[in-house]
Amino acid sequence: MSVCSENLKKTALYGKHIEAGARMVAFTGWCMPVQYSGIIEEHLHTRQKAGLFDICHMGEFYVSGPSSRADLDRLLTPCMARLEEGKGRYGFMLNGNGGIIDDLIVFRTGEEEYLLVVNAGRVEADKRWIRRHLSEGSEFKDSSDETAKLDLQGPASPGILSEVIGSEEVKRTGRFCFSRVSMEGVPVMVSRTGYTGEDGFELFFPVEHAGVLWERFMSFDDVRPVGLGARATLRMEKGLSLYGNDIDEEHTPLEAGLARFVCMEKDFTGREALLSSEPEIRLTGFVCEGRRAARKGYNVIVNGSEAGEVTSGGFSPSLRKGIGFCYINREFSAPGQVITLIDAKGKVEIRAEIKAFPLI
Amino acid sequence: MIPEDLKYTRDHEWVKMEGGEAVIGITEHAQKELGDITFVELPETGADVSKGDGFATIESVKAASDVYAPVSGKVSAVNEELESSPELINRYPYGQGWICKINVDGDPGAEGLMDAEAYAQFLEENEQ
Repeated sequence: MSVCSENLKKTALYGKHIEAGARMVAFTGWCMPVQYSGIIEEHLHTRQKAGLFDICHMGEFYVSGPSSRADLDRLLTPCMARLEEGKGRYGFMLNGNGGIIDDLIVFRTGEEEYLLVVNAGRVEADKRWIRRHLSEGSEFKDSSDETAKLDLQGPASPGILSEVIGSEEVKRTGRFCFSRVSMEGVPVMVSRTGYTGEDGFELFFPVEHAGVLWERFMSFDDVRPVGLGARATLRMEKGLSLYGNDIDEEHTPLEAGLARFVCMEKDFTGREALLSSEPEIRLTGFVCEGRRAARKGYNVIVNGSEAGEVTSGGFSPSLRKGIGFCYINREFSAPGQVITLIDAKGKVEIRAEIKAFPLI
Repeated sequence: MIPEDLKYTRDHEWVKMEGGEAVIGITEHAQKELGDITFVELPETGADVSKGDGFATIESVKAASDVYAPVSGKVSAVNEELESSPELINRYPYGQGWICKINVDGDPGAEGLMDAEAYAQFLEENEQ
């Protein structure tokens, strides 16, 4: 489609998507599949069986060397001392004001080696920040271009992966752990992580093998390809934040309600700011009265006054109602609070109720 | 498949004239572009609409878009089934997925409306 002819990057699986009849869209500089058969069908299939996602656009950085642990402790919010080899943690990289530069998963891949999995749209910003703040005893490598990433998500995914690598390997790979395995002769790092709220796996491997592994998983009857459209509705239902919508440099993890991913028992960039501020707003979920969904940018109204702003919104295929995320004044952030969501023109008015995450 | 007996707009609505009444819906192309339709805001029965007005809104999982009135007149009926089953538009855009009926003011005016052949050509030109 024409949208992809402009200077957009294509993943190694671009041809597979076109073959599968995907509709392609521009997403943070990449030409990505937004849907194949239909967003609702793909969404429900992932909740019931298994969805396969091309996530090659995301960034992968390696930080290694004798001071890598100390450097990452300073740069990231998870506690590196507690991160064993073979495991990963979700967390943030903060600026001096406590604002979120990016959200990421850090895996400890060696005694003195870490893998950071970062958002596609933040690769350049992250790289600049990390490079500027690493000490001489740490080495930085951006492996994004050489690394393919496939996500297999849904309740059927452990069974499917067992058929490919054996059930012992799958059992050994607990939540937020990873294993190194061989699939079709390809060396793969497989972690039990994801962005759908379902059980599932993320696979990292050399990009030249992307097509082979894509085909291998597509050969299972229970696996269907899933695009970014369903990825968005899946993550919203489970209350998983999207960088650039729900979290950004203007908001702290405390405002976003994500303090559990911040280890306050160590020193890190942004800690002082977090300690000295009392968040006045809070990121929370809402469920709309009916099928109509509020969208990003809608105003949140409580008792006739503006009380916040919608950061993500859409239709929930599971609830068959509109759902979304908003920043709202803390006093109105309790579940059950009735809110009205109004578009910028004031033409659309939707009644909704605050709900704690997850939304389903 | 573009039905021969309908007229079409450049915004991908269709119009079927039944006496002085115009039945209105969106085309197969439009429903495909929108993807899964999740909500339809219907006009009020009895409301006056002018050709070109955004008089209904269709929301899909991804976004919301307006439906523009292809003729002027008074809304005489709306497809209330769409309130609980908006996906009818995806499934049967030219049948059960109709949106509303408008009692047309005077001559409906073929101005700006295309027949099936012209619409097919219009789609083809816009593909490129």
